[in-house]
Amino acid sequence: MEVAVKIKRFNRESGSGPYYEDFKVECDEHEMVLDALIKIREYQDQSLALRCSCRSAICGSCAMRVNGHAGLACNTKITDALARSDTIVVEPVGNTTVVKDLVVDAKPFWEKIGKVQPWLSPTGPTPDHEYIVDNSAMLALNQVMGCIMCGACVSDCTVLEVDKRFLGPAALAKALRFAGDPRDGIQAERLQKLGGPGGIWDCTHCFECVQVCPKGVAPMDQILDLRRKAVENGFVNNNGARHAESLANSVKRSGWLDEKRLIVESYGFKNVGALLGLIPTALRSLLARKMPPLIHHKRPGADKVKRIFEKLESKQ
Amino acid sequence: MPQHDVLVIGAGLAGMRAAIEAHRHGANVAVVSKVHPVRSHSNAAQGGINAAMPEEGREDDWESHAFDTVKGSDYLGDQDAIEIMAREAPSDIIELEHMGVIFNRDERGRLGARSFGGASFARTFFVADITGQAILHVMYEQLMKAGIFVYEEWFVTSLIMLDGACKGAVAMDMLSGRIEPIQAKSVILASGGLGRVYEPSTNAMICTGDGIALAYNAGAPLLDMEMVQYHPTTLPANGALLSEAARGEGAYLINNEGERFMGNPRNPYYAPNKMELASRDVVSRAERVEIDAGRGVDGAILLDCRHLGKQKILERLSQIRELGIQFAGVDIVEEPIRIVPGMHYQMGGIKTDVNGATSIEGLYAAGECACISLHGGNRLGANSLLETVVFGRRAGVTSAQYASSVTQPVISNSIKSDEENRIQAILNRDPTNDPPAAIRLAMGQSMHNNVAVFRDEEGLKKSREDIAQLKQRYAQASINDKGKVFNYNLISYLELGFMLDCAETIVAGAIERKESRGAHTRTDYPERDDENWLRHTLVTLKDGEPHMDFLPVTITRWQPQARTY
Repeated sequence: MEVAVKIKRFNRESGSGPYYEDFKVECDEHEMVLDALIKIREYQDQSLALRCSCRSAICGSCAMRVNGHAGLACNTKITDALARSDTIVVEPVGNTTVVKDLVVDAKPFWEKIGKVQPWLSPTGPTPDHEYIVDNSAMLALNQVMGCIMCGACVSDCTVLEVDKRFLGPAALAKALRFAGDPRDGIQAERLQKLGGPGGIWDCTHCFECVQVCPKGVAPMDQILDLRRKAVENGFVNNNGARHAESLANSVKRSGWLDEKRLIVESYGFKNVGALLGLIPTALRSLLARKMPPLIHHKRPGADKVKRIFEKLESKQ
Repeated sequence: MPQHDVLVIGAGLAGMRAAIEAHRHGANVAVVSKVHPVRSHSNAAQGGINAAMPEEGREDDWESHAFDTVKGSDYLGDQDAIEIMAREAPSDIIELEHMGVIFNRDERGRLGARSFGGASFARTFFVADITGQAILHVMYEQLMKAGIFVYEEWFVTSLIMLDGACKGAVAMDMLSGRIEPIQAKSVILASGGLGRVYEPSTNAMICTGDGIALAYNAGAPLLDMEMVQYHPTTLPANGALLSEAARGEGAYLINNEGERFMGNPRNPYYAPNKMELASRDVVSRAERVEIDAGRGVDGAILLDCRHLGKQKILERLSQIRELGIQFAGVDIVEEPIRIVPGMHYQMGGIKTDVNGATSIEGLYAAGECACISLHGGNRLGANSLLETVVFGRRAGVTSAQYASSVTQPVISNSIKSDEENRIQAILNRDPTNDPPAAIRLAMGQSMHNNVAVFRDEEGLKKSREDIAQLKQRYAQASINDKGKVFNYNLISYLELGFMLDCAETIVAGAIERKESRGAHTRTDYPERDDENWLRHTLVTLKDGEPHMDFLPVTITRWQPQARTY
């Protein structure tokens, strides 16, 4: 079948901006988007630049956006890409700088990976034999070890779009690979660091990374796991942990969220500077009539909600 | 001009392991790679890594591992090298575990092994079916920890030779197109295999034999190049690999009669004892016979995993299942999947000694591009990952020791301008309508048609002619992309040149070896001939042509026997 592919092109040597170019390419229905791109590069426009290698979704080279969502070109079926559109639109991954066509600058990605001390750091004496650990502990790491560092999650991360300091889903999933490894000796230190600015508490649970990950790593789930581990280890003296605690307490107490209290408790009562900084926001919401009621009433049925909390807490 | 003690070309497992070891020995090390290290093809090794680690409940010993490897090699492997590999395997695997590899455990929390083809015991240690990826990423972690510099996405165009010794490499920074000589006291080639010489192949698109061709063009002899492995279970649609782990966990191979043909004597390559877990060359031949006899299913054989059960498949073969669903639309939990033998691995390569030294002073090699020779006529599954760590480590030691014994030479600046001029001349060629991809495809098909599982003189000579003609086309072909930044058109052209050199040596070896041994099965010489051919073929570039020599096989304790499984 003849497939229409629209590719976002850019070449900084040309001095002009990005543009879209249309191609038509003959493909079989079992083929992948990468097959179409390779045919274009080999026989239609040899200047088309893209990274690709294994064709089996294991090397992580060919992350790009297909019809607006990041993924691997090598495991995105042409027929799937055409299910909701007549043309396959191929663009470079987001949240980074384009170098040429579909090739982007990967340096910032790897710099962030480098920030989570990405190697196992045992502290005790090295045993003569292997470390004795439960197989379930190793199997539990299979999911994060399955990460191929393709960067699809980073591309579509909605937090990174507005805050470049965020470590991002890939680096944080990598962090769990050590924070969850029983052989690592500095887990508490790791968890404490990850609680800082740009760390685990900055994820907004938008699910994009879970959606686009081609390997089922579910980075957001790993971030939530890191949060649980951080709280269990007592690292609660930060906005994120206080925010989670305040939210839970509020719902437990009144059946719903007390937004005013949430803000104050997240920043901490004694954090006068930050609280004063919130005054303009408060005024704006007042003017827009979005200010929550002054007195926070219990919802009907709040007692039932409280019992759910108590039941869960007694189980733990 | 940047200077290092040791320059490693290639950042797969062998390259990174070598770099780390040379660094530990005090050398200033840098790695140059045309892709980011974790994009390397070591990723694709799925099933595991071998070691005989006898302990309570696991009967095994290194001699058994060594013998299985010797037998697997069809007695062409050098037994001194194989002994080293088998003896040193356990400590290298323990080291990988200490580095952080999340190996599968048994119920006591110790390392747990699975069965693999051609092995007498279950001695394949693994991480689900992503063992290569799991080790590669951990090795990269260790590379970062050591702070070793990587020339990332730099493409090596030639080796720097001075008075017969290797003193570095000339490379192109793919981001800027800049050409730069990188000076080094010693160089380790760890650039992987040459799978793309064939079409189809299980290999990644980066596996273009760069290092093998660089060494060959610098005058280093190549060993046993005719020994090319066809893997028994690859997908017909695109050549993708389904790991031996499937058969290791108990999957069946069946023909269109629903029969496990590996047990039926009407197939001359049947293996009544090992069945599906005979050596790869044996199973691939048996499959080919079934298909050619009309007992295939649409030109393929069926791999049946259904009886393993969903839980085992999800826990241990999940990637294979994913590949089947994605590339063939088949869920191995529910139905058998069509597979064919497919080009997979180059047993031959740059001739090295057991410490990684090639015949050229200052030049070392490790991993698939090297031939020590461990695998002889046929490599056993899960010995390749092992080779990368054992012999990557050893090459790291020797290259660092050599580097500490010599001084940094004076390299002429003309090396840079000469290479710039050579490449500019290619870019300046008049446009032709003959893209490099078309030449590669013709080469790949010729090799797949004539230099595959079964070979004969007529076909081999046909391929020799094909390659000679393609080399002429290559010399005329033009590059359409004239830019500097990420000019993949130019890179793939240069890679094609390397591949054509490799193809020529494979065909030369295959024509020369007039017997059937391991993966090299000649229908015109169907028997193994120990009297005349228990020896290595050695190919060296002389006056622009491959020149053949022979070397004896090193036999320490295992005399050749008939090979049955």
